[in-house]
Amino acid sequence: MAGAPMPEDAVTTVLGAPEIGRALTRIAHEILERNKGGDDVVLLGIPTRGLPLAHRLAERLAAVEPSLDAAHLVGELDITMYRDDLHRHPTRPIGTTTLPADGIDGKVVVLVDDVLFSGRTIRAALDAIKDLGRPRAVQLATLVDRGHRELPIRPDFVGKNLPTSLSERVAVLVEEIDGTDAVTITAGEARA
Amino acid sequence: MRHLLDARDLTRADAVQVLDTAAEMAATQSREIKKLPTLRGRTVVNLFFEDSTRTRISFETAAKRLSADVINFSAKGSSVSKGESLKDTALTLQAMGADGIVIRHHASGAPHLLAHAGWVDAAVVNAGDGTHQHPTQALLDAFTIRRHLADRGVAGSGEGFDARRGVGKDLAGLKVAIVGDVLHSRVARSNVQLLTTLGAEVTLVAPPTLVPVGVGTWPCTVSYDLDATLAERPDAVMMLRVQRERMSAAGGGYFPSPLEYSRLYGLDQRRLATLAEHAVIMHPGPMNRGLEISAQAADAARSVVVEQVSNGVAVRMAVLYLTLAGSGTAAPVPTSKELA
Repeated sequence: MAGAPMPEDAVTTVLGAPEIGRALTRIAHEILERNKGGDDVVLLGIPTRGLPLAHRLAERLAAVEPSLDAAHLVGELDITMYRDDLHRHPTRPIGTTTLPADGIDGKVVVLVDDVLFSGRTIRAALDAIKDLGRPRAVQLATLVDRGHRELPIRPDFVGKNLPTSLSERVAVLVEEIDGTDAVTITAGEARA
Repeated sequence: MRHLLDARDLTRADAVQVLDTAAEMAATQSREIKKLPTLRGRTVVNLFFEDSTRTRISFETAAKRLSADVINFSAKGSSVSKGESLKDTALTLQAMGADGIVIRHHASGAPHLLAHAGWVDAAVVNAGDGTHQHPTQALLDAFTIRRHLADRGVAGSGEGFDARRGVGKDLAGLKVAIVGDVLHSRVARSNVQLLTTLGAEVTLVAPPTLVPVGVGTWPCTVSYDLDATLAERPDAVMMLRVQRERMSAAGGGYFPSPLEYSRLYGLDQRRLATLAEHAVIMHPGPMNRGLEISAQAADAARSVVVEQVSNGVAVRMAVLYLTLAGSGTAAPVPTSKELA
């Protein structure tokens, strides 16, 4: 992590692979603690980068609780068709939604996303879950909370709170997609 | 995608994208709650100048599953029967704020005129115009073929939801026979273009009287002998309806008698038995049982006629999504995580 002042558009790495690994391990323990075990827990990753994070959390849950099978804990929740900003952008490709074999009825669903920002993605995810079943509870795990919420949504499990200005861009890179694990901040133009 | 007027307008990448979107739509249709909020607040007008049951119902179902408001307009019982022009009808729909217009018209080219004359801002989807084009039928046929056959020869596939089988693939290497009344068939025209774009080899089989002029320029081969074509072991056999309403009485001189047509070009029990193990039988409907297709063939396990109907809803949901959901004419971009 660089200490020197950065010029405009410079990329600062705020978390590296070891920090991300530690944060996920801690979140996994918090999930088990909060839910008194992992029996009813289902992890739904929000594509693109929430999904590999959900798989990693599932491996950690299964490592702590041998009764759990990591492969059957994870689902994929695409929220494209539930977004409130579809008309403001060019057409988005629709992703895949798959649920664990037992579905989500009566389960504790933990939504997993990479960055929590306005909260609109999570609002869309809650709407999508409502159409898929009736979980007993929905919780939210995010690797980075960068603030600036536009909706009354809060995370249950946070890897790192990252105070940012609206003009900065936060990117999460994961090994499975980007070839490396990192969280970076880029200074940039102010968002509209 | 701004409009969908002609199967020729789609590149291979466009077509695969529509089919992949349709696969995700199909996956949502096996849920208990089938409705999605995606097109809430948008209005889709079904503008049908020609009779249709399944296409209109299919578009209506697709639009409603995406939460769009649907207005059905059929020429019978409307001011069209009082002599209103297409232009005035279009201006009326524009004034009512239609976002999408699904049009079927007996005149070839009417959807193109509606899309490009500047009368309406709405996205126009061609639901069949004259003997010209029926692109969503071709897309649903391609989707059905891909779902059943795209895995052939590819090891290790077939996992996940059935609806998503073949996602990302085209139809390269598959042989499709399209049999029957090609002359009057917009379904055949659109299918030849789309299936060829997707890499399939298409053979048209028809009596010489039911082959259109200029077929030599189409990207397909033409055969007058159904048995010879079936001997080449096609992967899919698509039977076309004999469109007797477009002919005069008793076949109108296109063929001597229905019985002769059925003997020479019908998919009967004997021909059914010669099909390859994996081959599927398709028909765009409505079927003339006993004329172009026998009851045994229509009801055979390898007949996917009923599945074509449910795939039609998914494909039309995909088309409505791609023409109506985005901010305008821009091509789809890969998902960027700007609203994390």
